[in-house]
Amino acid sequence: MTTYIIRRLIMMIPILIGISILSFAIMYAAPGKPTVLNLDPDISVEDRERQMERLGLNDPAHIQYLRWMGNVLQGDLGNSFTRKQPVTQLIMDRLPNTIILMVVSTFLAVIIAIPFGVLSATRQYSKLDYGVTFTSFIGLATPNFWLGLMLIMVFSVQLGWTPVGGVSTLGSEFNLLDRIHHIILPAFVLATADMAGLTRYTRSSMLEVINQDYIRTARAKGFRERTVVYKHGLRNGLIPIITIFGLMLPTFIGGSVVVETLFSWPGIGKLFIDATFERDYPVIMAITMFAAVLTVIGNLIADILYAIMDPRIEY
Amino acid sequence: MSTLLEVKNLKTHFFAKDKVLPVVDGVDFKVNKGETLAIVGESGSGKSITSLSIMGLVPKPGGKIVDGEINFDGKDLVQLSENQMYKVRGNEIAMIFQEPMSSLNPVLTIGEQITEVLIYHKKLSYKEARQKAIELLKIVGFARAEGILDDYPHRLSGGMRQRVMIAMAMSCDPKLLIADEPTTALDVTVQAQILELMKDLSKKFDSSIILITHDLGVVAELADRVIVMYTGQVVEESPIVSLFDEPLHPYTQGLLNSIPKIDEEVERLSSIGGNVPTPDSFPKGCRFSTRCPHVMQKCIDEQPELKEIKPGRKSRCFLHEEGVGS
Repeated sequence: MTTYIIRRLIMMIPILIGISILSFAIMYAAPGKPTVLNLDPDISVEDRERQMERLGLNDPAHIQYLRWMGNVLQGDLGNSFTRKQPVTQLIMDRLPNTIILMVVSTFLAVIIAIPFGVLSATRQYSKLDYGVTFTSFIGLATPNFWLGLMLIMVFSVQLGWTPVGGVSTLGSEFNLLDRIHHIILPAFVLATADMAGLTRYTRSSMLEVINQDYIRTARAKGFRERTVVYKHGLRNGLIPIITIFGLMLPTFIGGSVVVETLFSWPGIGKLFIDATFERDYPVIMAITMFAAVLTVIGNLIADILYAIMDPRIEY
Repeated sequence: MSTLLEVKNLKTHFFAKDKVLPVVDGVDFKVNKGETLAIVGESGSGKSITSLSIMGLVPKPGGKIVDGEINFDGKDLVQLSENQMYKVRGNEIAMIFQEPMSSLNPVLTIGEQITEVLIYHKKLSYKEARQKAIELLKIVGFARAEGILDDYPHRLSGGMRQRVMIAMAMSCDPKLLIADEPTTALDVTVQAQILELMKDLSKKFDSSIILITHDLGVVAELADRVIVMYTGQVVEESPIVSLFDEPLHPYTQGLLNSIPKIDEEVERLSSIGGNVPTPDSFPKGCRFSTRCPHVMQKCIDEQPELKEIKPGRKSRCFLHEEGVGS
């Protein structure tokens, strides 16, 4: 197992290098110049030129890439063009917010999706099953940004139950209830698509498991249906779900771009979208690479969990 | 000998859309204490559904016991609530299945799967249950029982898994063991070992066995009495020896004839012509009339009853009445 993990970690290196080259190229090819160059409309051509020189934007692309790579290898992600701060610090400031949002929404997705998926499978073709299926398709088909806007409109603007955005009430001390109050809507919106998907996966996985011979054996042992389904069924049914779960990890970053912007949640996603609009190259590269690392790690974690959950799999 | 199980006029039907499929259609038989009864029949004869009916595990939705009694040790299992059945299944009646490869849960260790029954039914502590599990595994022939306990099923061969299934089934000392084709999926050499083991265990634990099989060789090995099923009904009931010597029902005769004999040289194996009719196309009269070599007009018009022909021997055929036939 240890050698397997080490091998996988080594294999991550070329993948990440490839991703970095690709993202650098795409970023570079995108039209537009960093906004920092145009902040002052009265800036003289010479000043602008000096600015370009200072940021190293006059060098050929491959030199810029190699310089960036060289710095990254030394643990330096560079400085943000617009914010005049080290990228590492920018990310570190915002990462906790994103992680909290991800954890809460994952938790929401799992505790809602798995029980409903199981119920849907054990009562296949019942009214409940149709209801769950219908709702999950709606969940899958609803775009995040639209759902978010609607929820803000209803719950924040019309009913006034939840704040419109932000992590906490400005200027207040840390207060758990206040935090929960703020996180409910964004976490729910971020969770919907995955919740719907997970419900469907759990349903189909459990349907397959429930018709297996060992489930009949468990019934023949005299266990109650609850024990049969949750002890003997779910343990097997969750195995394929784990893989999907690992693959879901990076989608949260993508989802958080939309949700964080919508709810002015000061996290990585919001930083990413701001940086993109500002063509803040070091920040864009850093967050892209962060998402890339999360993706490969997510895959690795899925594979490791797979081996833990299913004793038939050994590495 | 006292009766342990008496099945009376059991009817288990399946309901599909607008059709009713009488998969088990009026089955009667008895199992005495300590006796091994074999239920023989082709695929689709209703033998497995009969056994699942006794266990209260008729596949749902679709299947339902519509009539009859299953009297087991003073209780009518058909009338028991699901809650009462939980105490019977796995405890008083245990079952082993055809597919040892897939009948064990792949993500639980052998130990967990045996001890969970003991903890659930016999309220043993985990430690006691583990001790008992080791004993059971030794009884079914594992030399290094302690080692097996923490293994997962995929590490064991088919024969070993069937031994584990047997250990699991015998763990609560059941009065009745239902074995549904226990050796069908195994190698011939392993089959003999498993049959031998079942024979020993039924003596040791003094439990009755219902052995469901289509293999008459297995029947000869293990059973005291045999019932032959065809299209959801019992067509013949007989002690084991007389069945082989002198089969009464034409269907049984056909079955026995289709076994290749080692001391006869034949060009072609004989078989019963035609196919088993499906439950939605059973003939109106005798259900074997479509394939029977001795079919008469009466067989097409009326259904024969299962009648005692000789002491201990029953057959469902008009030939016996007429004084014709065997």
